[in-house]
Amino acid sequence: MSQTDLEIVVDDPTAPEENSPSVTSSGTVEIIVCLLLLALAAILGYDNWRTGASWDSTGPEPGYFPFYLCLVLGGGSLYGLIAALLARRGAAETFVTRAQARRVMAVFVPTLLFCLVTQFLGLYVASFLLIAGFMRAIGKIALWKSLVTAFLFTAIMFVTFDIAFDVIMPKGPLEAAFGY
Amino acid sequence: MEAFGLLLHGFAVLLTWKTLVLMMVGLVLGIFVGVLPGLGGPNGVAILLPLTFTMDPTSAIVMLSCIYWGALFGGAITSILFNIPGEAWSVATTFDGYPMAQQGRAAEALTAAFTSSFIGSLVAVLLITFLAPMISSFALKFGPPEFFAVYLLTFCSFVGLGREAKHKTLISMSLGLLLAGIGMDTVSGQLRMTFGSSELLRGINFLVAVIGLFGISEILLTMEERLALRGHAASISLRVVLSVWKDLPKYWVTLLRSSFIGCWLGITPGGAIAASFMGYNLAKRFSKDPESFGKGRIEGVFAPETAAHASGTSALLPMLALGIPGSGTAAILLGGLMVWGLNPGPLLFVEHKDFVWGLIASMYLGNVVGLVLVLTTVPIFASILRVPFAAVAPMIVASCAIGAYAIQNAMFDIWLMLGFGVVGYVFKKIGIPLAPFTLALVLGSRAEDAFRLSMIGSGGELKVFWSNGLVGSITTLAIVLLFWPAIDGLLARIGWMQRSRTISR
Repeated sequence: MSQTDLEIVVDDPTAPEENSPSVTSSGTVEIIVCLLLLALAAILGYDNWRTGASWDSTGPEPGYFPFYLCLVLGGGSLYGLIAALLARRGAAETFVTRAQARRVMAVFVPTLLFCLVTQFLGLYVASFLLIAGFMRAIGKIALWKSLVTAFLFTAIMFVTFDIAFDVIMPKGPLEAAFGY
Repeated sequence: MEAFGLLLHGFAVLLTWKTLVLMMVGLVLGIFVGVLPGLGGPNGVAILLPLTFTMDPTSAIVMLSCIYWGALFGGAITSILFNIPGEAWSVATTFDGYPMAQQGRAAEALTAAFTSSFIGSLVAVLLITFLAPMISSFALKFGPPEFFAVYLLTFCSFVGLGREAKHKTLISMSLGLLLAGIGMDTVSGQLRMTFGSSELLRGINFLVAVIGLFGISEILLTMEERLALRGHAASISLRVVLSVWKDLPKYWVTLLRSSFIGCWLGITPGGAIAASFMGYNLAKRFSKDPESFGKGRIEGVFAPETAAHASGTSALLPMLALGIPGSGTAAILLGGLMVWGLNPGPLLFVEHKDFVWGLIASMYLGNVVGLVLVLTTVPIFASILRVPFAAVAPMIVASCAIGAYAIQNAMFDIWLMLGFGVVGYVFKKIGIPLAPFTLALVLGSRAEDAFRLSMIGSGGELKVFWSNGLVGSITTLAIVLLFWPAIDGLLARIGWMQRSRTISR
């Protein structure tokens, strides 16, 4: 059996370019994340201290465990913050390039819209719109293919979850019109 | 031989048409997610978990574990044919697997990979069959202090033995433990960290977090990369399979060594990746001509695949026997157990015999069926990669949302899933490991309960964790592991000093 030639080839026409400029460096993101985590540790730590974080006759109070975890989290983030600030002087590592960021946003924004639409029109309508829209707009796939795929997927999900397994999904006006 | 009888009973539970069909469906879905770029074991199991919510626990776990086996098998297909490791532990498989495919020996490499996966899993399942009941019956005597000590050991070994920066592991773990504490405090009934929000009252569901962290973030990460593929097509003929199998006895040392490494590292948390590399490196070191590794040597496929599967399977041992997951996927399966109303831990072997032995029997059966399935259907699965990612991505997003919503019927969880998706994306990019977070989130409240119950029992004395030989040695071991890097450094320095002294003499 000799098959040294490549036989499966899939292209990616919208791939991010290699030489795209950096949006931000990993160091900067690390600093931001550590600051956010520090803030979170402070807020949660305060809340637990208010709940009661001392040690009474029956052992620790409800806030005891989480309070000290907040200290650990805060300590870890502080260390990370200092380490990231010190490392800044070295060569900056790219967190994400502009082309990559564009592609990530191309998924993230539709996902965000999908969640929003789910809240008002129900999950099935939102899924249909997401799949059809994404395939057409981002994947540049023929309109009829996108619509058929989206419809089939949504229909299969509906039958599987709502009818066969009785797992009830959020629904909107369209399903209501059909009596579901 | 009690285990043997119970195992036979397990097979009897399993051998119904319904379970067998679910098994096939699980395997096919598993191979599917294993082959798709950007999805793998934990993601696949997390996304497909909601499918099982309304099944009875035994069918559900059979299907889920088959998804897991399928994903493990699927990872090897892309590694060998496309040089794309589907999972981190398939990386070592590409070293010799892809060169073999380039030389036109793709069928041989695939057969070797599948067969050795099968052998690795089989050894691990045998270990589970005989060791898990023993450990669990031993653990039945555990009180809260012992349990807390074991949890502590798990957490400490992650921090001390993990390869990521220590402070990042610590951040990830403490964040997980904190989020696990949100909501009602199980000991006193008081509310914690809810800030008056009624949505937070329920707490943060583990599975919602996992679906976001693994599913959504993986989609975002995958989009960053160039998704073009070039690979080999292959079909496996019976002749090739038989010729590879005929040579198997020659490699028994490699297979046995890798199985052993895999089982050992699988039981300690987070070991599958290390196991595959270690299996490969040791095979290379002990080989008569190590130069030929990396150029398409069949042993280079046997060694890492056996180790990875042995470790992936044996990670289920501590989950079944003690309720402590040994890997990310095991943690998700554990989350599943809770959804189906089962309480993970040693009592599982007593109270839910059908379930446990059904699961163990399904490991045997699933691996046999999986082996036959992948050997016969490789060409079909390889062509899944032709499906454009632009079609796959939105379907995965929609499935994730369905999964997140189905757990508690809450719209808030869909938003939470999206939030965790972003967190997972950022964390992965700056090197904060997600496995400790997952583990902490699933074990958090039980670890805290164990700690506080021990405190109530002892009247607030920390000495309870050294009150007898067993709990004392576990606690001490945990602390040693936590400071292992420092201790290791110290030992190395002493060794170095002694050596320099002998040289100076």
